[in-house]
Amino acid sequence: MDLPTFLIQLLNAVQYGLLLFLVASGLTLIFGIMGVINLAHGAFYMVGAYLAFALTGLTGNLLFAILLGIPLAFAFGALLEWLLYAHLYKRDHLEQVLLTYGLILIFEEGRSLLFGDDVHGVDVPALFAASIPLTDTLSYPVYRLVISAACIALAAGLFLLIRRTKLGMVIRAGSHDRDMVQALGIDIDRTYRIVFALGVALAAFGGMLAAPVSSVYPGMGNQVLIISFVVVVIGGIGSVTGALVASLVIGLADTFGKVLVPEYAGLAVYLVMAAVLLWRPEGIFRRG
Amino acid sequence: MTATPIIEGRDLHTYYGASHILRGVDFTVSRGEAVALMGRNGMGKSTLLKSLLGLVRPQRGEVRAGGENVTAQPTHRIARRGIAYVPEGRGIFPNLSVRENLVMAARSGARGQREWTLDRVLASFPRLADRIGHAGDALSGGEQQMLTIGRALMTNPDLLILDEATEGLAPLMAREIWAIIVAIRASGIATVVVDRNHAAVTALADRAVILVKGQVVFSGTATELRAKPELLHTHLGV
Repeated sequence: MDLPTFLIQLLNAVQYGLLLFLVASGLTLIFGIMGVINLAHGAFYMVGAYLAFALTGLTGNLLFAILLGIPLAFAFGALLEWLLYAHLYKRDHLEQVLLTYGLILIFEEGRSLLFGDDVHGVDVPALFAASIPLTDTLSYPVYRLVISAACIALAAGLFLLIRRTKLGMVIRAGSHDRDMVQALGIDIDRTYRIVFALGVALAAFGGMLAAPVSSVYPGMGNQVLIISFVVVVIGGIGSVTGALVASLVIGLADTFGKVLVPEYAGLAVYLVMAAVLLWRPEGIFRRG
Repeated sequence: MTATPIIEGRDLHTYYGASHILRGVDFTVSRGEAVALMGRNGMGKSTLLKSLLGLVRPQRGEVRAGGENVTAQPTHRIARRGIAYVPEGRGIFPNLSVRENLVMAARSGARGQREWTLDRVLASFPRLADRIGHAGDALSGGEQQMLTIGRALMTNPDLLILDEATEGLAPLMAREIWAIIVAIRASGIATVVVDRNHAAVTALADRAVILVKGQVVFSGTATELRAKPELLHTHLGV
């Protein structure tokens, strides 16, 4: 592999990993803090992508679609939490899996009714439609760099939120002792609603960003869901730092796996997971 | 007219599964008073405190805070009426630093008072100031207890409930905690104190309540209790 190709693959790997982080960070927070196994989390990624498709059609520009879509996704998440997820916290994992699997089916069916089963494309915003030439024949699209930059900005924001704000302290405290947080006069239910809605908004944002690159298609959330669970397990359940590191590791493994050993590419991610779990069964980062 | 109690339990019946823990308990704390809650292990002291705060729900009876029925209200609403709780076993957040443990609880009190700030809590607990950046679980038992009390004060409470605040501490540290409790009481914050050191509790308290098998067998002033040492002997085995 020559240097420009390597560089392009590296950028792709990082961009894919960062995009995964948007989905996995919400998944790990919801799992680690509220104790809910949310199989529908990939569906939120799909909802984001279809929101991008629909709203870009309405507004004519993906950027406007994203600006509109994020608050919509957040509100949708808050509504779902209030309506359904809030009733799951004290229930066992089987019931959580049943409800959230049911949601996948409902979302897929709803998608089919509203948008049909065809693959749809979303245009890259004109502002970012250019490419940066690397050699005479190779170039790298600006939009992919924009995806990475947006994800990095969001990751930084998320770390600040969790590490530096009072809400973040309450989130971390609540993962340890919910009753004590309430006894201090803090509305933990409201905190959970915010965390959940934030997780939904992050996953949906991931779907919106990815829409022009990956297209918008049926079942697109399922593959992301499985890889995101791999990320959560490798990173350590509940750890946002772990999710970031693991996302990048998986991004690299998947991308370079496809380039170097294409016939076994599907295995690369799971081999990495097996290796990490043998080394650290609780994940790279302990919960915190 | 008597002042409205800060918190009041009327005829509380609380169960854990099938076991009937509280059997018709009446319990009141008024503004500024110190109440000793006494009884042997398993007589329902902690359950009573949790029932008042809504951490366990009484099946029968009523909890009133500031004159309003709060029996069905969520714990955080009850706490926001000026009630702070230092649970048995401390309940610090080990994954948060000392500063974060304190800051996350900060708010003004039920009457809008902001007397307790981070600076004042740290001035009152110099040991915490020395360890401000440490994680909660890096503290000694006594320091953790100070952190829990300091954290409770950050909510600017009208009532501080202390369940076994000196349990498991070395005598020197226990004495330090007692000095803090005495100072808190002197500052005008009402207190409910559960502690095995009966002499210290009754010396501090205005009133005492003794629970036996989920029922109140004595409720009176601390002076009355001191005049009847046989009560302590019969019900507490001292």
